[in-house]
Amino acid sequence: MSDVIAAETLKLPHLNYGALAPMLVLFGAACVGMLVEAFVPRRSRPAVQLVLSLLAVAAALVAVVMRSGTHTITAGGAIAIDGPTLFLQGSILVLGLVALLLMAERSLERGGAFVAQAAITAGSEADRQQAARDPGGTDVYPLALFAMAGMMLFVSANDLLTMFVALEVFSLPLYLLCALARRRRLLSQEAALKYFLLGAFASAFFVFGIALLYGFAGTVDFAGLNNAVRTSTQSTVLLYAGLAMLAIALLFKAAAAPFHVWTPDVYQGAPTPITGFMAACTKVAAFGALLRVLYVGFERVSWDYKPVLGAIAILTMLVGSVLAVTQTDIKRLLAYSSVANAGYLLVGVLAVSRAGLSSTMFYLVAYGFTVLASFAIVTLVRDPDGEATHLSRWAGLGRRSPLLAGVFTFFLLAFAGIPLTSGFTSKFAVFSAALEAGDVGLWLVIAGVVSSMILAFPYLRVVVMMWLSEPGETTPTVSIPGALTSAALMVGVVATLLLGLVPQPVLDLTNRAAEFIR
Amino acid sequence: MSAFPYLSILTIAPLVGGIVVACLPRQRPTLAKRVALVWSLAILALTAVMWVAFKPNGPRFQFRESYPWIPTWGVRFTFAADGIALVMLALIAVLVPIVILASWHDAEGGRRSVPAYFALILALQSTMFGVFAAADVFLFYAFFEVMLVPMYFLIGSYGGHQRQYAAVKFFLYSLVGGLFMLAAVVGLWVVGGHTFDWATLTRIDMSTGAERWLFLGFFLAFAVKAPFFPFHTWLPDAGAAAPAGAAALLVGVLDKVGTFGILRYCLPLFPNASRYFAPLAFALALVGILYAALLAVGQNDLKRLVSYTSIAHFGFIGVGIFAFTTQAGTGSVLYMLNHGLATGLLFLVVGMFVARRGSALISDYGGVGKLVPVLAGIMLFAALASLSLPGLGPFVSEFLVLIGTFTVNKTVAVTATVGIVLAAAYALWMVQRTTQGTLNPALSTVEPMRRDLNLREAVVVAPLVVLLLVLGFYPKPVIDVINPAVTATLQQDVGVQDPVPTNGTTEAGR
Repeated sequence: MSDVIAAETLKLPHLNYGALAPMLVLFGAACVGMLVEAFVPRRSRPAVQLVLSLLAVAAALVAVVMRSGTHTITAGGAIAIDGPTLFLQGSILVLGLVALLLMAERSLERGGAFVAQAAITAGSEADRQQAARDPGGTDVYPLALFAMAGMMLFVSANDLLTMFVALEVFSLPLYLLCALARRRRLLSQEAALKYFLLGAFASAFFVFGIALLYGFAGTVDFAGLNNAVRTSTQSTVLLYAGLAMLAIALLFKAAAAPFHVWTPDVYQGAPTPITGFMAACTKVAAFGALLRVLYVGFERVSWDYKPVLGAIAILTMLVGSVLAVTQTDIKRLLAYSSVANAGYLLVGVLAVSRAGLSSTMFYLVAYGFTVLASFAIVTLVRDPDGEATHLSRWAGLGRRSPLLAGVFTFFLLAFAGIPLTSGFTSKFAVFSAALEAGDVGLWLVIAGVVSSMILAFPYLRVVVMMWLSEPGETTPTVSIPGALTSAALMVGVVATLLLGLVPQPVLDLTNRAAEFIR
Repeated sequence: MSAFPYLSILTIAPLVGGIVVACLPRQRPTLAKRVALVWSLAILALTAVMWVAFKPNGPRFQFRESYPWIPTWGVRFTFAADGIALVMLALIAVLVPIVILASWHDAEGGRRSVPAYFALILALQSTMFGVFAAADVFLFYAFFEVMLVPMYFLIGSYGGHQRQYAAVKFFLYSLVGGLFMLAAVVGLWVVGGHTFDWATLTRIDMSTGAERWLFLGFFLAFAVKAPFFPFHTWLPDAGAAAPAGAAALLVGVLDKVGTFGILRYCLPLFPNASRYFAPLAFALALVGILYAALLAVGQNDLKRLVSYTSIAHFGFIGVGIFAFTTQAGTGSVLYMLNHGLATGLLFLVVGMFVARRGSALISDYGGVGKLVPVLAGIMLFAALASLSLPGLGPFVSEFLVLIGTFTVNKTVAVTATVGIVLAAAYALWMVQRTTQGTLNPALSTVEPMRRDLNLREAVVVAPLVVLLLVLGFYPKPVIDVINPAVTATLQQDVGVQDPVPTNGTTEAGR
């Protein structure tokens, strides 16, 4: 008996630590961050946490860049490191870096944008005391690092179970982060609860889909699934139902209609730096995973899912643009714009070609920078009660602070797709990929053009508000941005301008990276 | 082909000037105005040199430059000018310094920045040069859309009554048209084999259905820009709200992008579809001529009136383009030039009236000729140019358009000729109501109304008057530049030949 146990030693899967280094660095730094929360004195925690997070993200970014060209599956077939993985991980890291800068800003509000002790009941006497006195909690940093690491795992997962684990790893910190606003805590907690409940439903769909697909294919990794489409003897109802459930979960995270309903409320209630983080990085993660699922796992059924997802894309673009027209709150307006942009991203995804993959990745990066910087400007428009997000409060801002209003106008023009901005080149990329792929692509481009027309109206309304309206008595001042927010804004402006004027380098990068490993 | 990069310098130089002017401090408006004026005059000089360097009997496209931009999509910074583009570039170069001089005091009085106003005009000039000089479809589209941004701010920030509404309407109409063109541009790229080079795209084959849809995409954008009925409703509002100088540039140049686009992109790239849709285009153009002229007659606002006349004139240009004869085509391009000068002059004169009286309503004037005879005389001159009096530039172009159309489609030509009668109605009646007859008693209290043309205003109108007279008596230098380009467009690209003149004897010859 003993020699049987001795002979069969447990064979652990080989871990390519080099390829996994970026994620390991972030997970490690997040754990160290939690220890910092426990042991470092409160006064020096913000600085220590910020430095730790920035260093970790920078190190992970260096690790990603050093691994460029890798094309391998590791960790027992659970993680795939290929071109898209590295590009998307790099995007998440860069966008996350900018988001961290926004989170760390403390000069706009004493104590920062986050509440000191989230567990205190909102509105109670203790809460009033902490709002007046205590510096903000710094647990946002390890939570953000966990979220980023989870996102990186999400886009590199090679089988559905790993993907599910990653989904939970990055979603749970995000639910928490949404609840941590310093001002309007009830709104923030409500947003977090909505996100959590709906996200839990989405995760449930995901797991149910995995179960159905396992029943169909007998395996959960993508290569096996792709094979099983051809060879499986099970009923294809399992396949389509499973794929549908999977798609629902992924589209929820991507904020596509009709699974977008959480987006305006959550974006509005969450602290603005977290909103920016979600708008940029969660989109990258969600679309990265969607691309891998559709292109690697289910390429053989692309003829079947294209019409359905095409209809969803058209619905998303139209819903996002039509509902944005009536918005009166800038954060909700940007949220609906985010929904419409998810539609444009779906247009790129549905090209199901190399061009589709590279154009979607380009759009994710271009959009991420612009939307992060837009939310950075939203943090700057404040009055003594906090951020002034109602559009009427933005009247005449162009008169008071022409530079910031000019920068925000530039971002709105980028969202509208005016040439010489990244918004135009990214839209052109996805539209051209879709039209080239043919069939449903024509309708997608037409819907994209129509929704761009509709979306121009609310963007223009904000521009009119800022420049062509007289400032009222209630127009808030625009705070002078601190160094961190200025850095974030600068990155956003430069990226939007450069990707619009000289997109060729990044286009080359996405083209070279656009090959999945199976 | 010249080795000197005229076109790229002309496109970038005004923008550089605009940035310089924008950086000047708000407290030094005069310096900003002077810098802007000198800069635009330098650009005019460069354009004059380029005009002289152009060889009318040489290659069709000259001053060609091409630099790589986005190889993945086959996009290049390609600039080239044929005769049609050259005439338009010259028009821009002439109009902008005049507009800057005319708008010397327009931006003051409000709380807006004066340097920003002139910076916007220079930025607008840069984008306008780019639109006409671009020989790459992607580059053309980029300039086409970017052109909207400075004009939007000129109307919205510095305009008059209802400027917000007018600016938004202008922007949205043009953007919507432009987005249809974007879909067509993407489609063209897919159909054309992943290139945006104009010369290559004229030679590819397309299926009939694809060609027609792509034509419609482009045509819709240009029809909004031109504007053709029924997409014209933005122009009266924009023209009424914009400051006079910006309005002169709006109708004088920006709208020409529409008709230029049809000549350069719709006809050569989609020749069969152009012939197929020609009846529709004729119909829209004719309706525009008659409807807009009738509306112009009934206007009480001077600037809205001039805007409506502009729509009517563009109907003539549209008729000339779609007649597909070299006479009508040359007439159309010459019309674009003359219209830019004549309507530009008219808007600037109206601006001078408005600056004095503070109102653009005709009912607020009356008998003004007694107070400011020279200014009233210039307005009469501009109105006569608008109605194409022989001896002035617009007559030659209108005559060419009508003759060229008559040889292929008598009905259209005769209907269009009715527009001349209506033009006389609106032009002369406008002059009569404002400058002749009994003096409006309300004017006796308006002190500025007694001041006739000062030196600055005289310098503004003089070049336009001279040009209109010269082009009326001796348009040959310009026609020599235009004709080869139009001939090439019609014969090489569209593949039509002029109708052979019939050899019948006339009644008098019997």
